[in-house]
Amino acid sequence: MTTGTSSTVLKKNSSKGSRFLKGFKKEYELWLLILPVIAYFIIFCYIPMYGLVIAFQDYMPGKGFLDGPWVGLKHFQAFVEGLYFHRLVRNTVLLNAYLLLWGFPFPIIFALLLNEVKVIWFKKAVQTISYLPYFISTVVICGLIKSFLSPANGIVNVLRESIGLQSINFLSKAKYFRTVYVITDIWVFMGWNSIIYLAAISGINQELYEAARIDGASRIQCGWYITLPSIKQTVILLLIMNIGSLMSMSAEKILLIYSPLTYETADVISTYVYRSGLLNAQYSFASATGLFNSVINFLLLVLANWLSKKYTEVSLW
Amino acid sequence: MVKFSSKVAKYAKKPLSDKLLDLFIYLSMLVVLVCTLFVFMYVISCSVSDPEAVIRKDIYFFPKGFSLNAYTHLFRYGDILKYYRNSIFYTVTGCILSTVFTICGAYVLSSPAFSCRRIIMLFITFTMYFSGGLVPTFLLVSKLGIYNTVWALLLPGLISPFNLIVARTFFHNLPQSLFESARLDGASEFRILLRIAIPLSGAIIAVLGLYYAVAQWNSYFSAMIYLPNKDLQPLQVYLVNILITESSTANKSVASSLTRANSLTSIQLKYCAIVVTILPIICVYPFVQKYFVKGVMIGALKD
Repeated sequence: MTTGTSSTVLKKNSSKGSRFLKGFKKEYELWLLILPVIAYFIIFCYIPMYGLVIAFQDYMPGKGFLDGPWVGLKHFQAFVEGLYFHRLVRNTVLLNAYLLLWGFPFPIIFALLLNEVKVIWFKKAVQTISYLPYFISTVVICGLIKSFLSPANGIVNVLRESIGLQSINFLSKAKYFRTVYVITDIWVFMGWNSIIYLAAISGINQELYEAARIDGASRIQCGWYITLPSIKQTVILLLIMNIGSLMSMSAEKILLIYSPLTYETADVISTYVYRSGLLNAQYSFASATGLFNSVINFLLLVLANWLSKKYTEVSLW
Repeated sequence: MVKFSSKVAKYAKKPLSDKLLDLFIYLSMLVVLVCTLFVFMYVISCSVSDPEAVIRKDIYFFPKGFSLNAYTHLFRYGDILKYYRNSIFYTVTGCILSTVFTICGAYVLSSPAFSCRRIIMLFITFTMYFSGGLVPTFLLVSKLGIYNTVWALLLPGLISPFNLIVARTFFHNLPQSLFESARLDGASEFRILLRIAIPLSGAIIAVLGLYYAVAQWNSYFSAMIYLPNKDLQPLQVYLVNILITESSTANKSVASSLTRANSLTSIQLKYCAIVVTILPIICVYPFVQKYFVKGVMIGALKD
């Protein structure tokens, strides 16, 4: 009781800062529990962000983040005016665009069809098996791609030869790179990405279907007029988020299957950052390139989120 | 039997368009099944077949002949066991550390008693959308002195903001009155977390643990850039050497152990390495699949 009154007195008289301190004392156990988490995010997320200042300097290896001479936008200029700028931006955007165009509809169609499967054990089996590729590591996926497409003994070329076609070295031809990348991505992610749609479908009120059936609607009509509109929100939200990541492309898979022969279509910004930054030790230049990419990504995401808020009333933050 | 025949009779009454639709649906599902299973089956078949058949390119789906020679070679000459041990170490340690810290953070951030939860949530969420990127992180790891140590694999990805949010959503949906009354009884936050929150959150601990374990088992990129020491590298880096950069020493040491006559079976060695790597996941996966799906569902709630 006494503590209660004294704290109200304190609250009345104290400034914001000391109230914070008071709160801190009361919550010190909670602060203690979350301290490692905050420390982690400061050290491994915010210090690297601070480290981005080297993009505006000529960073000297072994020195601190602020010790190099400031050079302004020199490295950004070098990147934008560089030989590969157009190719890198084009490849990043196009690869994402193809992934969106081909990869986005498959999980939706798959979820709609799977929902119509009424034999429970078969449905479960299809689900279990179709999620499996998601858990296979990028290295193994790329190893499979390399082995299956090998011109000497890959199964794809063995099959091609058995029907009288020429064997093709897919991974050394730039024109096949995007196709290979997109098809294998669909193989990996289709099942897993359908979960969210299946969840949305399972949330639909069953009475809608019963009412429609009494009115004589066919199954296709039910799908078109009930299921699809009901998951529209989810679809639009994911679509907009996909558009928001149009300029971001992880290097992990590309690094394992590209080669100088396919740079023409396969080299994206992140792989370029990896090569110039870690392999050639052009730390400042690579940081500038990475920062350029991150800023555009962030702006795209903000834009996408704004669109999403406007049209679906769903937002990320 | 009666039940079954009545089902058949009921089905026969359905209009033709429905039957055609069913045919289409089941056929497409079958295509998905075959496309997925074919890859796994083909790899397993190649790895256990007679090397001769592999060289003759005679395998399409089922194994031809039977031989475990390639596996024997892989285990005898390839150091694979060392990398396997490393990977198990990283997976178990990383999974435990990550899960513990994520649970602590999520519990605090879900607690109404914590007044700064919104601002700290924002502080964490921001890192999902913007990051320092590859080079500054690399320089940081070098500066911290954890470059080329096991910590380079365990610390930089310790907490995933996405998993933290999933766990926080889960705690949020627990009955808060339980925590309130414990607080009124004067229990410390550690006690509440240990005695009340954790016993109620078996499902979310399983979800987090599995997500972290799979991510750690499958990751190769940080090991490739932070860990040149061959004695500490995980299995995935060894696989990069065997499967991707084929001319590397790892492959040579295995391939050179084979006699000239069957050096062509290096492709079989690759398939063996793939099988050995994905086997733990395939074995555990059917039993824990529901937890992965649960994680997506809880994550979707937030959106």
